[in-house]
Amino acid sequence: MTAPTVDRVMADQRAASFRTRSIKTTTKRTLLRLALAMVDLTTLEGKDSPGKVRALCAKAVRPMPDDQRVLGERLPPVAAVCVYPTLVPVAREAIDRLQDDLPRERRVRVASVATGFPSGQYPLDVRLRDVREAVAAGADEIDMVINRGAFLAGHSDEVGDEIRRVVDACGEAHLKVILETGELETYDNIRQASDLAISCIREGDFIKTSTGKVSPAATMGVTLVMLESIRDAHLRDSRVIGMKPAGGIRDAKTALHYLVMVGETLGRSWLTPARFRFGASSLVNDLLRQIVRQEVGVYPASYDFAEA
Amino acid sequence: MKSDDTALATGSRETVHAGPGDLPVNELYLEYAPAPETAPVEILPRYGHFIDGAFVEPADGKYFETINPATEQVLSEVALGTEPDVDRAVQAARRALSAWRSLSGGERGKYLYRIARRMQERARELAVLESMDGGKPIKESRDVDIPLAAAHFFYHAGWADKLRYAIPGLRSEPEPLGVCAQIIPWNFPLLMAAWKLAPALACGNTCVLKPAETTPLTALRLAEIFQEVGLPAGVVNIVTGDGSTGRALAEHPDIDKIAFTGSTQVGKQIARSVAARARPIPLTLELGGKSPNIIFEDASIDQAIEGIISGIYFNQGHVCCAGSRLLVQESIHDEVLTKLRLRMESLRVGDPLDKNTDIGAINSKTQHETITRYLTLGVREGAPLHVAGCNGTNDRDALLEHALSCAPRGYWCRPCFFSEVEPSQTIAREEIFGPVLSVMTFRTPDEAIQRANNTPYGLAAGVWTDKGSKIFEIARRLRAGVIWCNTYNRFDPSSPFGGYKESGFGREGGVHGLHAYLRLPTGAPQ
Amino acid sequence: MSRLSVAKTYKLFIAGAFSRTESGRSLKIDAPDGPVHLCRASRKDLRNAVEAARKAQPSWADANAFLRSQIFYRLAEMMEGKRDELIASIRCESEPPSRDEACREVEASIDRVVHYAGWCDKYPQVVGCANPVSGPYHNFTIPEPVGVVALVCPDARPLLGLVSLLAPAICTGNAVVTLASERNGVPACVLAEAAATSDLPAGVLNILTGLHEELLPHLAPHREVGAITALNPTPQYTRTLREGVAENLKRVTIFDADPMSPDAQGPEWISATVDHKTLWHPSAT
Repeated sequence: MTAPTVDRVMADQRAASFRTRSIKTTTKRTLLRLALAMVDLTTLEGKDSPGKVRALCAKAVRPMPDDQRVLGERLPPVAAVCVYPTLVPVAREAIDRLQDDLPRERRVRVASVATGFPSGQYPLDVRLRDVREAVAAGADEIDMVINRGAFLAGHSDEVGDEIRRVVDACGEAHLKVILETGELETYDNIRQASDLAISCIREGDFIKTSTGKVSPAATMGVTLVMLESIRDAHLRDSRVIGMKPAGGIRDAKTALHYLVMVGETLGRSWLTPARFRFGASSLVNDLLRQIVRQEVGVYPASYDFAEA
Repeated sequence: MKSDDTALATGSRETVHAGPGDLPVNELYLEYAPAPETAPVEILPRYGHFIDGAFVEPADGKYFETINPATEQVLSEVALGTEPDVDRAVQAARRALSAWRSLSGGERGKYLYRIARRMQERARELAVLESMDGGKPIKESRDVDIPLAAAHFFYHAGWADKLRYAIPGLRSEPEPLGVCAQIIPWNFPLLMAAWKLAPALACGNTCVLKPAETTPLTALRLAEIFQEVGLPAGVVNIVTGDGSTGRALAEHPDIDKIAFTGSTQVGKQIARSVAARARPIPLTLELGGKSPNIIFEDASIDQAIEGIISGIYFNQGHVCCAGSRLLVQESIHDEVLTKLRLRMESLRVGDPLDKNTDIGAINSKTQHETITRYLTLGVREGAPLHVAGCNGTNDRDALLEHALSCAPRGYWCRPCFFSEVEPSQTIAREEIFGPVLSVMTFRTPDEAIQRANNTPYGLAAGVWTDKGSKIFEIARRLRAGVIWCNTYNRFDPSSPFGGYKESGFGREGGVHGLHAYLRLPTGAPQ
Repeated sequence: MSRLSVAKTYKLFIAGAFSRTESGRSLKIDAPDGPVHLCRASRKDLRNAVEAARKAQPSWADANAFLRSQIFYRLAEMMEGKRDELIASIRCESEPPSRDEACREVEASIDRVVHYAGWCDKYPQVVGCANPVSGPYHNFTIPEPVGVVALVCPDARPLLGLVSLLAPAICTGNAVVTLASERNGVPACVLAEAAATSDLPAGVLNILTGLHEELLPHLAPHREVGAITALNPTPQYTRTLREGVAENLKRVTIFDADPMSPDAQGPEWISATVDHKTLWHPSAT
């Protein structure tokens, strides 16, 4: 199977066109909350600690503790928290404690990067063990990185094989395949890697742009190319694959433009956290700021919201 | 999307499959809440001609109404120009000529720079007015028409003191032609005014501009800008009116040049009237087209789809260079059609002033009737018609009804295309000037070129392939003035635009566009 | 006893062949050395000539510019070889110019062909350009031949007038149909013989002798003709030509110039029979 080529200029032009959509009133209200519910609230730093992760989980479950008072409504939790494997047990415990009134499948999901994130430059057995251990520790979702070195060297079979091995290692956990598009560089590569990953993963799994450790991370152009890959797979055999842009999406306006892009490329049935996520951290507070602004009419300050 | 319709909790909800075969595409996409452009624009109840630096009453006191084609509401009354008005304008231009042409190029250029700047400052107002008077989506008037119009003045401003470099082999400073009669169409009212006026003024000519009957308001607003920037009286005169006004201008004995953009039919009439003149004058014509958009199997398909969409649905298809004939290589025909339908469904037809509108109103009742005639003819000729939002219906009358009536008031046509079109059918040969695409197939490059060139027109063409050598060979063999390779409907003041064959002659934009407004060294009028 | 000379039968030059007019009619020129008969081309001859030009044009335009340039130069060589015959042909009219005058016209004609030989591979560089558009696009404009061009030659300077129209039209890749000087078509016929031996592909140059007033009404509106150039035509012919424009919007250029002037050549003469094509292509990896 050869992937279609992508012309970058026209693809970027199309991606930019979504920014000209004007999202107002009821549409804005809906999409702001939807975006909030799509966030994989992420911390992936060397200095991460159990305390930081517990705070993150609290934010994930209840992004705005005074929402009832200020807004008169309860805002949704985010989709998932995303942490390093060693912190999965902490996150698992925190989420289970905070949402013990809900069955596990309705709780905020615990996602873990694995497979030697972010470089993936480890022996395959180490990467697979990384996955198995994260799942065993309670991860609902695994964010893997592909072997970019092998991909760029033309060894697509090797990359595909590794993804399939990771799928096996995931068991029940959902998989998100990080292409690290900033390293793949061209849209042709990104499209090819998207098609390859999609051919290896299961219905309900995701493809994801970036680790957040490489610049450029998610852009609308890159995301469009990946959405088109997902759409073509769906047109071909009705499979449903999710999409997760990650890194660099910091403000609500950009997030809404992404949702417009998803809505106009894959249709509104993709506008659900089961099919679309934002890998982000600071985005949450900007979404909250816009929600408050729309309901209350006053622009809140950044210190009005708790850190993620 | 309705707010109660959104699944906020994690987990899937009911899915609308965009699967192959049965596509419930009309339920596929997001709805957006209204996002109207709200900038207020003052429109006077009545406008006279702009002659000799002032707005004046028409000689015989007659006015006509200009309406908003989206609402059919009268926006204003505009002077109906007759021979005495045209004569008065030509005389004003003649009087202004010697001072204007003797002004140094640098000074002339500074006036043009001022005009460009003032257009940028008043861009929002101009965009709203353009969309109200002509029906085009505010997104396009805001992002394309007005910025490009200003850019045209800006680009040509810089030529005014460099004209000796514009023509190879010049032995002296080139001379302007004199008084230019310029007649422009309704599809890009202000942009076409800029295309005509900017090079003419830069070269030292004076002008009489006749805006289109249905879209005079932005040109009159431009006249206000001329007043604001202190452009000397008579350098540009604007006479509004209908076809008879245009004819009076084209046949005026004291003009030195005619530039016309519009239909090939009227272009030929003007060519005949110029031939009948005692003193021949130069003529540039920018006329119709039936431009081919050729998609090869090795193209980047998703981008090609974007090119097809912008090629035919930009400005409701009211574009002389619209890619109205889609030639698809047979091997990818089904995929292209599936994706074209999906993409066509995402276009939003509606209020031109809504910022999310992709397809605005058809410019006039007359044009709506023309499109209706061609749609009906196409259906009668037997080509399957596909209309946005009308999936799964094969009833031809229902399709036509759906395509042509979107709202109780105003003139509308939903984006649509005919598939399985035969090259001999009328819808494959004649310019429709609406959001109507004719899809045909080809098997080999030779066949594509033969089909593409099989037309009296030659304005533009699109070529889509990922193979560089093929691009250049196809582009070389296509008989058209503008070849968009892996893109479509791009415009720039520095890029010459104009057609081969019956799409006209002369170029607008770029260094070549200046040739149309300068006296060439051989003294050979074309 | 003096030998009886063998008089030449002048024919039309269509599709690389010398053929008699299908009409069987002729024109008589009362030259000082005795009458000369030329073909009086008909509407059908015109049609055939246009058809020949249409067929020949694409491959001539496809020939690389260096090759066209060499063929042009070869034409000049052949004309030089026929110098005396060309001089005599110019004097083949009832009130002939002096031999010196005719000689100057032939030399100017040969030099003009050489001038345009050099333009074949330079004109696109002089009038083509890269356009600095706003956006990630490579954009350039190049001249292309319009296709089939008709030339209407003047009475005065029957050779140089023809060459002045012919060379700029052909050098970019057009094929031409020439209405030779009405008063003296003989130089055109001799030039055809030079062309026939110059490697110019058959059909690129077609020459008709005959009456312009008979042929122009058919030529001017001919839809296969993309452009017409004329040098110093009468007002009446000018009118006829311009009216023909309206049929298919062909480019009609009336040159008003003395062909003996050194200024009666150059890129502006070439411009009359080219169109400009602008290409856009995105630039990205």
